[in-house]
Amino acid sequence: MGTAFDPSPRPNPIGGVGLSRQMQASWAFVERNFFLVRRYWGWEIAFIIYNITTSLSIVYIGKAQQIEGQDLILYLGIGTLVWSYLHAVFTNISEMISWERWEGTIEYTMMAPISRLTHMLGVSLFSILYGLVRSVILFFVLAMFFDINLSNANLVGALTLMLVGSLSFVGVGIMAAVLPLLFTERGEAMTFIISSVLLLVSGVYYPIDVLPGWMQMIGQFSPATYVLEGMRATILEGESTSNLWQFLIPMMIIGLLTIPMGMFVFNTVEKFAKRTGRLKRSG
Amino acid sequence: MRTMDPPNITPIDDPVIRSIDPASDAMVVDHLTKTFVRKTLITRKTLQTIHAVEDVSFRIRRNEIFGVLGANGSGKSTLIRMMSTLITPDAGSISIFGYDVHKDEAIVKRLINRVSVEASFFKKLSAMENLLYSSRLYGRSGKSLRRDIVEILSALGISPDRIDAPLEQLSRGMQQKVAIARAFLTSPVMLLLDEPTTGLDPRSKKDVQHFVNRLRDEHDATILLCTHDMDEAEKLCDRIAVIDNGRMIELDTAQNLRTRVGLEIGNPAATLEDVFIHLTGRSIEELEIPAEEIVA
Ligand SMILES: Nc1ncnc2c1ncn2[C@@H]1O[C@H](COP(=O)(O)OP(=O)(O)O)[C@@H](O)[C@H]1O
Ligand SMILES: [Mg+2]
Repeated sequence: MGTAFDPSPRPNPIGGVGLSRQMQASWAFVERNFFLVRRYWGWEIAFIIYNITTSLSIVYIGKAQQIEGQDLILYLGIGTLVWSYLHAVFTNISEMISWERWEGTIEYTMMAPISRLTHMLGVSLFSILYGLVRSVILFFVLAMFFDINLSNANLVGALTLMLVGSLSFVGVGIMAAVLPLLFTERGEAMTFIISSVLLLVSGVYYPIDVLPGWMQMIGQFSPATYVLEGMRATILEGESTSNLWQFLIPMMIIGLLTIPMGMFVFNTVEKFAKRTGRLKRSG
Repeated sequence: MRTMDPPNITPIDDPVIRSIDPASDAMVVDHLTKTFVRKTLITRKTLQTIHAVEDVSFRIRRNEIFGVLGANGSGKSTLIRMMSTLITPDAGSISIFGYDVHKDEAIVKRLINRVSVEASFFKKLSAMENLLYSSRLYGRSGKSLRRDIVEILSALGISPDRIDAPLEQLSRGMQQKVAIARAFLTSPVMLLLDEPTTGLDPRSKKDVQHFVNRLRDEHDATILLCTHDMDEAEKLCDRIAVIDNGRMIELDTAQNLRTRVGLEIGNPAATLEDVFIHLTGRSIEELEIPAEEIVA
């Protein structure tokens, strides 16, 4: 419409405009989710308050049980902070399909001329930004309530761990996102189970060696385990950034495996959903 | 400019659109078939087999308004979903301006857009926010975008003070106009309309129909219009395909259909309604069931 037609031989139409358009389209998801957060601000406040009160009550357990020479408050504080970050990243990504299904926009997003990678990139970028903002708020509240001693801490190392750790959570989140396409009603419930299990086995509030052997096994595969161990090493013991490879390498391996795997799973399930007519249907 | 006329929005400079051969048919549908099978969860026993679209073939000419007339459940939406890359056909093919919907999916996505019965928006977001999102996915950005959004919405009769209100607060008619704006903003060369006026008040219905006509006349769009509204089909469509139970049973101009069936039933004044009843053996009441009650 309105565009002059040029009857020249068929070019490779997507090639040229590719990258900048795809970057812009990624941004569309970030902006859209920002609009959504703004419109559902009542819920956002409720989530933040819930996040703060549960975190405070956990850290108070630490205060009550404090033993000389052991910083249980900081130990639990790191746990609750890291978990709330990773959980925010994971849920934002894993809910992308079920959310749009609920709104009724899923078909319009899926038929837009963008690559699935662009789509995932946008959603992940927003999730990471969202998780960071939530964690910063939580951090300041915790710092207000407790006398936190960070003189030992290597904060740059801690931030590096958080960011690299979120990459591995992105892959897991993308895989979880397809569940609602496979199981129209139970998919969301399954996503919920995944995050609960991660919470249990990753040593969020305790070292994983207190768990039964088989749970520790599962914990080895959870990227959160390494983020938490690393964070504690950097903040409690001031481990230097150059010594963080023992945590960064497993996290990177998990990220390098789960992100392509997540994309592959997503594409496969999308094809399946288009064949069986499940993209939109809720029954 | 009168209201309800499509405004001149900033065109997207897109090699895909420039590459189109103006002499080719807009769409070629060839032996298209889709069957839905419902199975039990564990034992995978077949519960139900629905032949939604069966062996449908037709060609849409460039700049045509092509109607698909059928009762609820006759397969119209499935047809449009296959054209929109949302459902994969079991057999047969669709090509749009020479590009195969399956093989050239990325290109086809750029050429088409769709307006469906359900408005399908983020309910709490405003028209502006929804349209910013959808337009960005099609490569639009910059200052001109906001301006174009305001312009097209006011051309569609949505007053500026409604543009920033959550969409759930707009009437169904207004929501449907926003849906049309969403499609229009991406400059589709092939526009797929799935019962765009179902459930609208008479005024909005007329507005939308007028807009569709102008889109074709002034913006060089080709339009496929699915409807179960006889008047709409007759008023807007150059040719009409009558489908029933997934099969295409007739394809012609409204005039020819009326003349031909009029002769058969011995009523020279046969209306399109008479034609439909004669061809499908359905009563007209069956058409009136709201779409939402059958398929969401
Ligand atoms: N995704 C789907 N899964 C299973 N059955 C479907 C699906 N979509 C449509 N159907 C069935 O296919 C038939 C045609 O539906 P549809 O294409 O929506 O018709 P129309 O748009 O003409 O009302 C109906 O019987 C409907 O129940
Ligand atoms: Mg329909």
